[in-house]
Amino acid sequence: MTARTLYDKIWDDHMVDQAEDGTCLLYIDRHLVHEVTSPQAFEGLRMTGRKVRAPQKTIAVPDHNVPTTLDRANAATMTEDSRIQVEALDKNAKDFGINYYPVSDVRQGIVHIVGPEQGWTLPGMTVVCGDSHTATHGAFGALAHGIGTSEVEHVLATQTLIQRKAKNFKVEITGSLRPGVTAKDITLSVIGATGTAGGTGYVIEYCGQAIRELSMEGRMTVCNMAIEGGARAGLIAPDEKTYAYCMGRPHAPKGAAWEAAVANWKTLFSDEGAHWDKVITLKGEDIAPVVTWGTSPEDVLPITGKVPSPSDFTGGKVEAVQRALDYMGLTPGQKLSDIKIDTVFIGSCTNGRIEDLRAAAAILKGKKKKDGIRAMVVPGSGLVRAQAEEEGLAQIFIDAGFEWRLAGCSMCLAMNPDQLAPGERCAATSNRNFEGRQGRGGRTHLLSPAMAAAAAITGHLTDVRDLMTATV
Amino acid sequence: MDKFTKLTGIAAPMPLVNIDTDMIIPKQFLKTIKRSGLGVNLFDEMRYNLDGSEIADFVLNQPAYRQSQIIVAGENFGCGSSREHAPWALLDFGIRCVISTSFADIFYNNCFKNGILPIVMPQDVVDVLMEDAKKGANARQTIDLEAQTVTTSDGRVFPFDVDAHRKDCLINGLDDIGLTMVKVKAIDSFELKAAALRPWA
Repeated sequence: MTARTLYDKIWDDHMVDQAEDGTCLLYIDRHLVHEVTSPQAFEGLRMTGRKVRAPQKTIAVPDHNVPTTLDRANAATMTEDSRIQVEALDKNAKDFGINYYPVSDVRQGIVHIVGPEQGWTLPGMTVVCGDSHTATHGAFGALAHGIGTSEVEHVLATQTLIQRKAKNFKVEITGSLRPGVTAKDITLSVIGATGTAGGTGYVIEYCGQAIRELSMEGRMTVCNMAIEGGARAGLIAPDEKTYAYCMGRPHAPKGAAWEAAVANWKTLFSDEGAHWDKVITLKGEDIAPVVTWGTSPEDVLPITGKVPSPSDFTGGKVEAVQRALDYMGLTPGQKLSDIKIDTVFIGSCTNGRIEDLRAAAAILKGKKKKDGIRAMVVPGSGLVRAQAEEEGLAQIFIDAGFEWRLAGCSMCLAMNPDQLAPGERCAATSNRNFEGRQGRGGRTHLLSPAMAAAAAITGHLTDVRDLMTATV
Repeated sequence: MDKFTKLTGIAAPMPLVNIDTDMIIPKQFLKTIKRSGLGVNLFDEMRYNLDGSEIADFVLNQPAYRQSQIIVAGENFGCGSSREHAPWALLDFGIRCVISTSFADIFYNNCFKNGILPIVMPQDVVDVLMEDAKKGANARQTIDLEAQTVTTSDGRVFPFDVDAHRKDCLINGLDDIGLTMVKVKAIDSFELKAAALRPWA
């Protein structure tokens, strides 16, 4: 048998039909749904008299619009249009009989955190959602990617997706990470190396010792931003850590079914000699804590670096960099660690899991945020929030002067009231630093939770390793 | 979905690279439960001042480009989120074709579902089309999907590639779901087989 990549194997396992021109019909095992990209799809079903083909494989949770303040049970905390979207999801979930975690449920949270947490996401599955960060679920060795609303309707109606196969891209991270360097630094560094279009047309498989050494939370962070590198999906082959994470989750198989599942999952790896269309290798030891300076996730540099000049670039990027520097209010040659910040946001589907909160709390323990800094922690789910409270992390954040919020997407995309004002500069653990992403005129620097915590303490972008040496 | 066969129209030059979906349609406009009406907010933050007045030098605000039906763009157009609101906004404004050296995957898919043709061309061709677009309103480009060609205002013809299935759907205005529903027996039998092989899924 021909040697196959992990992507090849999952693809083959889900092929329903292949047309002569190579267009495939791919079966979808899990369909995650949120309130922003689904109302038009459900409306389409109603207009055509169609049903949801597999409601038991469809999971909905409101996350983008929901307020994260403690008073959110009060409907007045939402704008009317946001409330209409959330109410539409409530109604659609009920009418079509799909699995649902409403705002009032402790399990509610960001869809990409809820899916794995509840055991909906399992190795070898195909997972889609009307959200680009569906790539997150690739951490389990599931083929997971974002789709548009027309495709949401297609999956609801048929449990399949019309697809053409992407190419295979191997991203290997050798060796081990140095202290203070995290999964976020890996994924941003890869985007820095490949560019935001470097993955276009590919599915990435992340491999190598540094990836193996990551926890499941860290692997989700890495895969989450595969989309920022332009890839359709990111994948990591499952291993003992994956099985340990999945075991006992509410929707994971149990008993003999579990044993059978694990036996199957052990076949999910890229064969020796499989064909790769593209390969890059980074040394784990060479990766530093990084921050973004511009308005594209590829605008990334080690925190020890300086703001670049448009003349350092070529082609269309020259104009884009000038525009980015103007937007960000930065000057070429300025040290990144001299950039003062106004706000710190810790959360999102990239970095809103328990390990992220532990990493930030480890830096903040016994310390306070700098006066005048607005700082908030938004756990990725109600269960992450509860666990962080149990572990004493919440108290560390509160003592450090952070707001301790309820779960949601929050300031990552600022569809709810959590937004930046024009010119407000934010150290954010989220995934996009686009113009206006966190609020019109807002300035975003992407970084890891530990780096965000360090910035909160000093009031400027800071090399977290400087704070760590003091405590080691 | 509206059919797409042949289009002759004004092309707006947008040479900026990495034009993302937050630029195309900012998140505050995603709170709609409809597909229509987003054209007025297309490129909202590039197009309007905070007070709602137009930013005069933004390309689609210039008299020559207000009726644009084509955008010639820098690389990696449509990167970012999966929001189909981006092609809905383009379509509602009147854009039926975007030409670039590369597109983000999800945006590219979303275009075809809405009767918009995204065309990938090599850099040297995009450069020619960009210069042609900069000539203004009298410079109309022609997109012939059947023949798979783009013709500049002065008659230079460039061929492009497009997936045969997607081309067929655009030319005939076909609904994907209807096409897949025809294959429902294949889906039924796949589900039976998968239930035995991967019962946990």
